[in-house]
Amino acid sequence: MLLEIRIHGRGGQGVVTAAQLLVEAAYYEGLWGQAIPFFGAERRGAPVVAYARISDKPIRIHSQIYSPDIVIVFDERLIKLADVYKGLRENGLLIVNTTKMTKETIQISKKGKVRLAYTPATQIALDLKLIVAGWPVINTAMLGAFAKATKLISINSIERAIKNNWSGKIGELNAKAARLAYEKTVLYGG
Amino acid sequence: MPQYKILTGNYAVAYGVKLSKPQVIAAYPITPQTTIVEKLSEFIEKGELKAKMLRVESEHSAIAAVIGAALAGARTFTATSSQGLLYMHEGVWMASGARLPIVMAIVTRAIFPPWNIWTDHGDLLDQRDTGWIICMVEDNQEALDMIIQAYKIAEDERVLLPVMVGLDSFILSHTATPVEVPDEDIIDSYLPAPGENIHYPKISFENPLTYFNLVFPDNYMEFRYQIQEAMNRAKRVVMEADMKYYKLVGRRYGGLIETYRCTDANIVVVSMGALTGDVKEAVDRLRDEGYNVGALKLRFIRPFPEEELKKELLHKKLVIVIDRAISFGKGGILYTEISSALYEGRFREIPVIRGYVTGLGGRDITVDDVITMVERLITRLESGTLTHGWEWFKLRKEVVE
Repeated sequence: MLLEIRIHGRGGQGVVTAAQLLVEAAYYEGLWGQAIPFFGAERRGAPVVAYARISDKPIRIHSQIYSPDIVIVFDERLIKLADVYKGLRENGLLIVNTTKMTKETIQISKKGKVRLAYTPATQIALDLKLIVAGWPVINTAMLGAFAKATKLISINSIERAIKNNWSGKIGELNAKAARLAYEKTVLYGG
Repeated sequence: MPQYKILTGNYAVAYGVKLSKPQVIAAYPITPQTTIVEKLSEFIEKGELKAKMLRVESEHSAIAAVIGAALAGARTFTATSSQGLLYMHEGVWMASGARLPIVMAIVTRAIFPPWNIWTDHGDLLDQRDTGWIICMVEDNQEALDMIIQAYKIAEDERVLLPVMVGLDSFILSHTATPVEVPDEDIIDSYLPAPGENIHYPKISFENPLTYFNLVFPDNYMEFRYQIQEAMNRAKRVVMEADMKYYKLVGRRYGGLIETYRCTDANIVVVSMGALTGDVKEAVDRLRDEGYNVGALKLRFIRPFPEEELKKELLHKKLVIVIDRAISFGKGGILYTEISSALYEGRFREIPVIRGYVTGLGGRDITVDDVITMVERLITRLESGTLTHGWEWFKLRKEVVE
């Protein structure tokens, strides 16, 4: 088993941290992982990507990811700005931070035989007052959606990884965001 | 109990350094190396590592600072990449000439111009003739383990040479994977206590000495001879360091080279660094298609594993060498070195040796690329048109024509 994941976000939204937390949570499940940043000209707010691999065996491949099984989108407006479907495999999974999937996204996904999942990560962060430097923190919530949509990693392992990286209230709050996002994740097709 | 942590290659290096307990660290920031010394500063600030961190104004000063500290008997560490390493070059020769067991991590990065921060082995291979022991790792775990082993090798009285540990820019340096961090007391029993039992004359106020004197033609060659002899002895020390590490920590890497499915292979792909992982993956897939292929990882460039390569490769049909660097006017550097080793003293019955220069400046090499490289040569080998030589792979001809 080898799953390849691409995360689309904006500079400052924590795509690299999300990939690393995912690998840590996978490790708690007895799985191996690789969190891969992409380095270009990153700026706060600009579209960025990070990648991850998860496998039941140690991962020897080091090349870039071209055909992800799962694409996670931190900002739904990136669906129009960035080519989030690029290389996404048939029967792949698109996980979006939104309160409602647009008809367009549903149509494109149906055509490309892509499964869909979404969770209101921004809303959850705002409700929890999980805000840093004026931005809602949504990367931890999106990991909750990943747990629900893939069933590959338990929400407990996601929470454990978060709390291992941030102690005290910040860890608690981020773990809570992940749990709420997990509960509110809606799955489309498959 | 050893702990697993999710670490980037650079953090794995930093944890390896922390466990090795250097007393003096000096470095100047450069992408993609910077996070190594940032992490080490953090360890020092938290009191987890009792080392003196010298913030210097350049790489030239960084190497000068660790040379000075090593002359006073301290265990030292520095790290750099690309331009930083080139700027350090004079000091690089000083360190080996003075026989100081300095350990330096090199996060391999393409050389300017044009600017490029991605992996390329040109900076590391440019150090080939400096008298440093040079190794290159495949993954983050090996990065941590090799930093520790580097001190064991460098400080051995039969060696007393500085060691460079290379890891690929971004592919390893900034990619996070689970890494086992050994227990401190295990590494304490593996490495001698820092600064004690120094096997070279150390400078102190009680024992003032002068290094780097003028040496006339009647003595200079003997200094060079001694470095060459130390390199020869280092081959055995590398094996011993690996075996002792295995007994204590439970991981070993095979010494100067590592072979993968080579025993019954008639074609062997030689590579270095992170790419070796992709080559192993390609070997498995090619085996499934019925090709008898194996992989050979070149772990050390200096000392060069001539005997090991001859033993593993001379009886094969085809040896494919993948270079992530080029010596302009000659070709692939590893290809050249391996050809020279296999040709030495032999004029018949050697395999066809074929080189690829590819992946420069971080151009991505996938498992499919490796499979293509191998299949292409097999077709030519079977049609009888394949001769010794090298060629480019994944070169965008439309850009240069």
